Amino acid sequence: MKRAMNFVVIGHVDHGKSTLMGRLLYDLKVVDERSLSKLRKEAETIGKSSFAFAWVMDQTSEERERGVTVDIATNSFETDSTRFTILDAPGHRDFIPNMIAGASQADIAVLVIDASTNSFESGLKGQTKEHALLARSIGVQRLIIAVNKMDSAKWSQDRYQEICQQMSAFLSSAGFQSSKFTFVPCAGLTGDNVTRQTTDEAARWYKGNTLIEELEASEPTVRSMSKSLRMTVGDVFRGGITNPVSVSGRIDSGTLQIGDSILAMPSAELAFIKGIEIDNEGADWAVAGQIVTLHLADIDPVHLRPGDIICHTTEPVQNVAHFTAKILAFEHVMPMSLNVHRGRLNMAGKVTRLISTLDKSTGQVLRKKPRILQPGSVARVEVEMEKSIPLEAGIRIVLRSEAQTIATGLIESVR
Amino acid sequence: MRNPKKDLNARDAPYATLIPEDPEDMWHCYNLIQPSDLLRASAIRKVNLSAGNSNDDNNGSSRNKRVHITLTIRVRSIDFDPAAAQLHVNGQVVEENEHVPLGSHHTLDLELQRAFTLSKPGGGGWDSVARQILAESTESAHKAVVWAVVMQEGKAQICHITEHQTVVKASVEVSVPRKRVGGAAGESEKGMERFFEMLLGTLLRYIDLSVSAAGTPLLLASPGFVASSFQGYMKKQAVRTGNRPLLQLLQKNVIVTYASSGHLHALNEVLASPAIKTRLADTKFARETGLMDKFFTMLRLDDGRAWYGPREIERAVDQGAVGSGGGILLINDTLFRANNVAERKRWVSLVDRVASGGGEVRKLSSMHESGKRLESLGNIAAILTYPLEDLDEEEEEEEGEDQAANDAIDTQQL
Repeated sequence: MKRAMNFVVIGHVDHGKSTLMGRLLYDLKVVDERSLSKLRKEAETIGKSSFAFAWVMDQTSEERERGVTVDIATNSFETDSTRFTILDAPGHRDFIPNMIAGASQADIAVLVIDASTNSFESGLKGQTKEHALLARSIGVQRLIIAVNKMDSAKWSQDRYQEICQQMSAFLSSAGFQSSKFTFVPCAGLTGDNVTRQTTDEAARWYKGNTLIEELEASEPTVRSMSKSLRMTVGDVFRGGITNPVSVSGRIDSGTLQIGDSILAMPSAELAFIKGIEIDNEGADWAVAGQIVTLHLADIDPVHLRPGDIICHTTEPVQNVAHFTAKILAFEHVMPMSLNVHRGRLNMAGKVTRLISTLDKSTGQVLRKKPRILQPGSVARVEVEMEKSIPLEAGIRIVLRSEAQTIATGLIESVR
Repeated sequence: MRNPKKDLNARDAPYATLIPEDPEDMWHCYNLIQPSDLLRASAIRKVNLSAGNSNDDNNGSSRNKRVHITLTIRVRSIDFDPAAAQLHVNGQVVEENEHVPLGSHHTLDLELQRAFTLSKPGGGGWDSVARQILAESTESAHKAVVWAVVMQEGKAQICHITEHQTVVKASVEVSVPRKRVGGAAGESEKGMERFFEMLLGTLLRYIDLSVSAAGTPLLLASPGFVASSFQGYMKKQAVRTGNRPLLQLLQKNVIVTYASSGHLHALNEVLASPAIKTRLADTKFARETGLMDKFFTMLRLDDGRAWYGPREIERAVDQGAVGSGGGILLINDTLFRANNVAERKRWVSLVDRVASGGGEVRKLSSMHESGKRLESLGNIAAILTYPLEDLDEEEEEEEGEDQAANDAIDTQQL
């Protein structure tokens, strides 16, 4: 069996994430010439011809009209060694919850950066940094930085070096090991260095890997198959006439097979797995790390919501309303209302108590009951949720408020 | 609320007679009535007629009758239902009459347009806070009302915001399928259409279009494009069904704005956004939201002028740091609803001390989102006149944590 890997494509809005992925799929013949020329024609009629590749990923009419990705798009392709699943994340700041949902399903991340003048700089102030930090705190260790739109930067080596330097400095300070991130100059619109080496004269200086080679060179993360089953539901839909209730999502840990009886939390409704699909092909079983579609029996779809956790009846996850977490603050934290994100799940809650600030490296308690947490500090806090949701110790969460990522953290205990 | 009669300074039982006129008044009543107060109001009580009435023509079988009477009770507990704007006051009867013996229990339901008399005999009588609530509630000034829909894809909450309350009237949740490869075309569009249809249906059941079109603004707030798409949907439907009041409302009084999420606490951002501020500048809720924003900004500066928490604030007030020249005390009305008299006195005297020292006192409504923010800070906060440090210095308390070793490991992972 080929190894499987999921990667999320992140970066600032309009830096070309969807276009790059559309190009990748087209060059690998996942998308055929006919459908692409259809997209080209449609894009030309509304005067946005450069959007044709992006529309491979952006399928809803709203996304096409507005020219931005709104929700995660998944697609998959194969190389000789690996089966890849793409999770194309939205870059716009309003849709960061969707980006979190995507990143929580990924093994590695491709950070797309627009190399053209001013774009890189505005991205740094915008979502480039936030996305990288989020991906890191959700648990993505490896990062490929695609320095995109090199064609419009005339394949300038100086520009490329400048971006590499700035990003390396930032990523190291954010806690990425320097061996875990690499840079690839490429151009999504023309396809240079995506699946084939560039032939552009101006790009002679680059001798390294193409994007696809970098992806293949990555090692997938080790999955926890022996742990109990946890699957985050990304979508609930009607799979067809014979499968009225289907859910899709990634298996975070454990394994499942046809015939298993499962619980959907927080509704705690019982269901049976009638069928499993992986990359649109039937399967008898699935393991941690795979993105699967489950066809369910004996459950009404009203009990299922994106963000639900599916687990076995024998080892269920509990619904909890209170938890203590160790957090790394990005912004000031005080007792306040915020949104707690766990993958697709996104619930209102509030920080009720700042228990203590901790030393970053030793974990020693520095100060009990701080009044406010400064950005960059590590602390233990107590959070109360508006409604009980399935959470347990060891889960990574993101805390957001007023369109800003306030902190990321690890749940220590629940009650 | 009308107040036809009052004597707040009477020696033995200072009282006020009140007639609630709109649902909001019930909220004021909830804040006015305290345990151990005397409340006199009309009531309906089921009375057993058989006992002691042997000359009646029934043959010993019991017979119940509902009688209209006026009862006076000593208040024990108060139950407020914000969604229905109903107030149930439970207590013991202190004035005997022919149907009800002394000391029996009764729950009075206060009703609109029906007078009741509230007297506060013991304790502090009508203290400064109670007097202020009374004055505020009997003011007949124009009261601002806003409808707001906070939404995100597949989820919306319809709220009614008045001067003193934010009430969630309904929440709508529809599961919207996401886009996926191989999915039926337009699946998620259909889902959104279903969501909008349900939301509009629910909304129209709650808002009175004739009133709204005339002046009550309707806020639509969401991240991304959901709110503006919904506005488009409303227009389309209004034209299709020929709903003229709805069209009028759309033309004049619908404000589409940004919220970072569809959760209720996003209302804070909505009310603070410039577009809303200009329209609703002089309302209590906009002022309160602005005030909390100011407090949080000062707290972030960490210059020792913004403090929160009961003990810290009491210390600050003791030191006279919440005085004239910028000192502001922010206090939630929850604290004044304390069940025991001593607790209430503690806060009333705190408010009085600040006021006499020249500081500003802002009483926030716990029913607004700004009040909820204050609630998470322990219901009380203050902006001090001059910086103070170490208000939070504690008598050392031991919790005996041995987690440092574990922490060292986990911290690396963050």
